[in-house]
Amino acid sequence: MRTKLQQQIAFFIFRSLGLLVIGLLFWILGFIVYHGAGVISWEFLTTAPRDGMTAGGIWPALVGTCYLVIGSMVVAFPLGVMSAVYTSEYARNGRIVRLIRIMTNNLSGIPSIVFGLFGMSLFVRTLGFGDSILAGSLTLGLLVLPLVIRTTEEALQAVPATYRTGSRALGASRWQTVSRVVLPVAFPNIITGLILAVGRVSGETAPILFTVAAYFLPQLPTSIFDQAMALPYHLYVIATSGTDLEATRPIAYGTALVLIGVVLCINLLANLLRRRIGKHAHKS
Amino acid sequence: MIEAKDIDFYYGSFHALKHINMRIAAQSVTALIGPSGCGKSTFLRLFNRMNDLIPEARLTGKCLVGGEDIYGAHVQVDDLRRRIGMVFQRPNPFPKSIFENVAYGLRVNGMGDRRFIADRVEESLRAAALWEEVKDKLKKSALALSGGQQQRLCIARALAVQPTVLLMDEPASALDPISTMKIEDLIFHLRSTYTIVIVTHNMQQASRVSDHTGFFMLGELVEYSETRKMFTNPEKTETQNYITGRFG
Repeated sequence: MRTKLQQQIAFFIFRSLGLLVIGLLFWILGFIVYHGAGVISWEFLTTAPRDGMTAGGIWPALVGTCYLVIGSMVVAFPLGVMSAVYTSEYARNGRIVRLIRIMTNNLSGIPSIVFGLFGMSLFVRTLGFGDSILAGSLTLGLLVLPLVIRTTEEALQAVPATYRTGSRALGASRWQTVSRVVLPVAFPNIITGLILAVGRVSGETAPILFTVAAYFLPQLPTSIFDQAMALPYHLYVIATSGTDLEATRPIAYGTALVLIGVVLCINLLANLLRRRIGKHAHKS
Repeated sequence: MIEAKDIDFYYGSFHALKHINMRIAAQSVTALIGPSGCGKSTFLRLFNRMNDLIPEARLTGKCLVGGEDIYGAHVQVDDLRRRIGMVFQRPNPFPKSIFENVAYGLRVNGMGDRRFIADRVEESLRAAALWEEVKDKLKKSALALSGGQQQRLCIARALAVQPTVLLMDEPASALDPISTMKIEDLIFHLRSTYTIVIVTHNMQQASRVSDHTGFFMLGELVEYSETRKMFTNPEKTETQNYITGRFG
């Protein structure tokens, strides 16, 4: 009887906490939607800001964020997946692997503003890319590299060892085993890591502050050497340094709503992709 | 055909195989029996060098297959593993189609001709007594097959690359009695073409399928003789005790 009561109390607490998390999420979403939905319109999404950013839309920032997400993934995805394949499938020397793991973990603990400074010093100044999409993408790419490495490693380690031994026993080399059996099986989970990375990149402000972000650009960037606006920085700007903060508040909420929407859309897309690939890998 | 000479094998400081000498005849079935941890699976895995994948494993002595020292410096391990097939305890088909599972060994060994691969896949599935059951669903996932079918698929997969030796590590221990019987029938049919070495926990199985039996205990080969003799009139008391079920 006592154990049953204990169990009921424990589960009641766990359930309440679980619901609390969901509640919080919906509260935040509801808050943003309530304040921001009013300004969302086709015009808001597809035009540039006007009148000292108290009117108009967010089109350049939306496009800039998309460019930065794509650019940073082009940097982080191949690099991260390749290093993860190395550490979890190839490296035999346990000490080197441990060293790489520790370094990766340290890298992920560095505050993002430090990445911003580093990116400015290396990409913007030393390599002479200037404030540009290229410099911003590289900086953001480095920022999420540890995340991509770690999730890819986990995805690879989730692949049953019997697949590897089965493949090796048929005379397949390590590379054939990795490329034909292990990676296809791990791919859906690798994509999940990519989704997390995209979410992180699209919301970061500090790393782009000194490397790419423009306060205001009426035109869209035309090359990777151009500056760009980006949603999180734009949000920061109109929420803190506008000419009329009260008037721009709805625009700020609208921007936040679009930012969340973009992340959700990318997650949804990647999830669909993941499911399709998962099914496909299962079938063929 | 297969010969082990003065084999000692260590996992780190654990002495897993102690001074083993054994000759295994070609085109016959040799069963390795013994209690858990006696070293019989370790011994089996020496012959396709799967133990190489275990860190801190160490071997002394010689392993000859067809007169060739398979641990010699010139030996290409991947090529050796193609010539010496292996079937594992748990069926481990790849999460690919039935066809692709069997074709896998051919593809990784550089064979690309579609006609040839299709022929070889059918041939191997027939040899593994699976063709009739799967011929209409070759494109379906191998994971949808039953455990027994999966194990026969793994045998077909091993046969596809035309090995001379087939190593089987308790191939039926995870299967139901009917599937086990099918695997045993299959072994019986394959013995004329392949040299088969099978590790098993099941004494009846050893007596049913094998020509010769080796009894391992605590890393030593205690007794090795014709199966009929081993199971009717063993020389050593340990063997007698084990096969009559007094321990193990």
